[in-house]
Amino acid sequence: MAKIIAGVSCSHVPAIGAAIDNGKTEEPYWKRVFSGFEKSKEWMAQAKPDVVIAIYNDHASAFSVELIPTFALGCAAEFPPADEGWGPRPVPVVKGHPALASHIAQSVILDEFDLTIVNKMEVDHGLTVPLNLMFGSPKEWPCPVIPVAVNVVMFPPPTGHRCFMLGRAIRKAVQSFPEDLRVVVLGTGGMSHQISGPRAGLINSKFDTAFLDNLTKDPGKLARMPHLEYMREAGAEGIEMVMWLVMRGALDDKVNEVYRFYTVPASNTAVGHIILENKARAPRTRRPSSARGKLRPAAKTRRKPAAKRRRAAAQRVKRRDIVRSKR
Amino acid sequence: MTGAKQKEYDDIPGTFVFDADRSRQGYHLNMFCMSLMKAENRKAFKANESEYLNRFALTPEQREAILKRNYNRMLELGGNIYFTAKLGATDGHSFQHMAAVMTGSTQEDYAKMMLAGGRSVEGNRSKSKPEARAKPAPRKPPAKPASKRPTSSGSKRG
Repeated sequence: MAKIIAGVSCSHVPAIGAAIDNGKTEEPYWKRVFSGFEKSKEWMAQAKPDVVIAIYNDHASAFSVELIPTFALGCAAEFPPADEGWGPRPVPVVKGHPALASHIAQSVILDEFDLTIVNKMEVDHGLTVPLNLMFGSPKEWPCPVIPVAVNVVMFPPPTGHRCFMLGRAIRKAVQSFPEDLRVVVLGTGGMSHQISGPRAGLINSKFDTAFLDNLTKDPGKLARMPHLEYMREAGAEGIEMVMWLVMRGALDDKVNEVYRFYTVPASNTAVGHIILENKARAPRTRRPSSARGKLRPAAKTRRKPAAKRRRAAAQRVKRRDIVRSKR
Repeated sequence: MTGAKQKEYDDIPGTFVFDADRSRQGYHLNMFCMSLMKAENRKAFKANESEYLNRFALTPEQREAILKRNYNRMLELGGNIYFTAKLGATDGHSFQHMAAVMTGSTQEDYAKMMLAGGRSVEGNRSKSKPEARAKPAPRKPPAKPASKRPTSSGSKRG
């Protein structure tokens, strides 16, 4: 049986791809960005997924305004990199996993998500930049990737709740696939940025930090956030972050945040990144039956959660690897 | 926008939300931009911009905005940034250059603002709540595309 082991989210800023393609990763400006993904590549090398399901958006490459699918699932055997005006990025062709993809299509559509099936599609920086950030620049991508393109270009994109529930449906689909596969779900886009109009350049680190916090501990709250709030607080294009909720929806309710990185800017955008692992299904330790169903001493219930929270917060701060922008 | 009712996101300053109405209004404008993905079309456009634009059912306002490279006006008339960026790229400009132009700033100043943490959301949330309003970017017509300055991100895809 296939299972989802973890979820990863990161920005997909095109300039990051350009920095890789033009050999600028060692320049101080870019090193600040890339250094934040060193640990992520190590993590990915250890996690060794058999398949990645990548939630991303197309930027007028595969889909123009002629056709705007809200959710499009890539079922092809391969997805060549798109020419975005500078020639296709010099990255490997993305190999799909048609068997799992069509299984997901079948399961998810019967779960009332009316996906568009795509059997021929080129993929742009929205997909390939996150692959670079997580896998580096290998000759071949180490595993098949199933692209799920979400419309976040034309308003309205699907709601956060819808994205979250799609994640749930994808999880259900994966879990019913007979082959033993370890799957990582990749959510891309964001974080706060606006690249259009007189308000371009907007960054809201406070919003981004809260978003990262809640992604781990209270995704339900994020799923209820209206589009207007994303656009007002995180910039018109910050609305891309709804795609992270597909990733989160595909994970268990309780997850471990194993890594986080945040930096401003990469070109016009705040770069955010998080790795969440499903808690290992250890055999459940049961409380002695005498304790079940009884209230614990009041002092204990009050103190323990607070102490736990403090410890968890301290650990999070330790783990957090925030590189501040140079002033 | 003409003919459309007021929408709650119209309250966000300095922002043109590319919604279904704008998508309809800007269809030909965006398809013109999309055509610039092909080298031969870029060449034809650069050879005679006005003539090339005759291939598309543009309104006079859209036509003027394109010829004048008024990127904010293009957005207002239904253009989408990912499409209009293709026009910018045809002119040899980076994304950051275009962003700077849309904010009425130079690319150098804009890049500095980004390095210093970007444009604050404080005062930039709402048109209707003046207490939250500081200084939205000035809406100047875009300056003549300045000669390219090297920037820290210095790439066309920036």
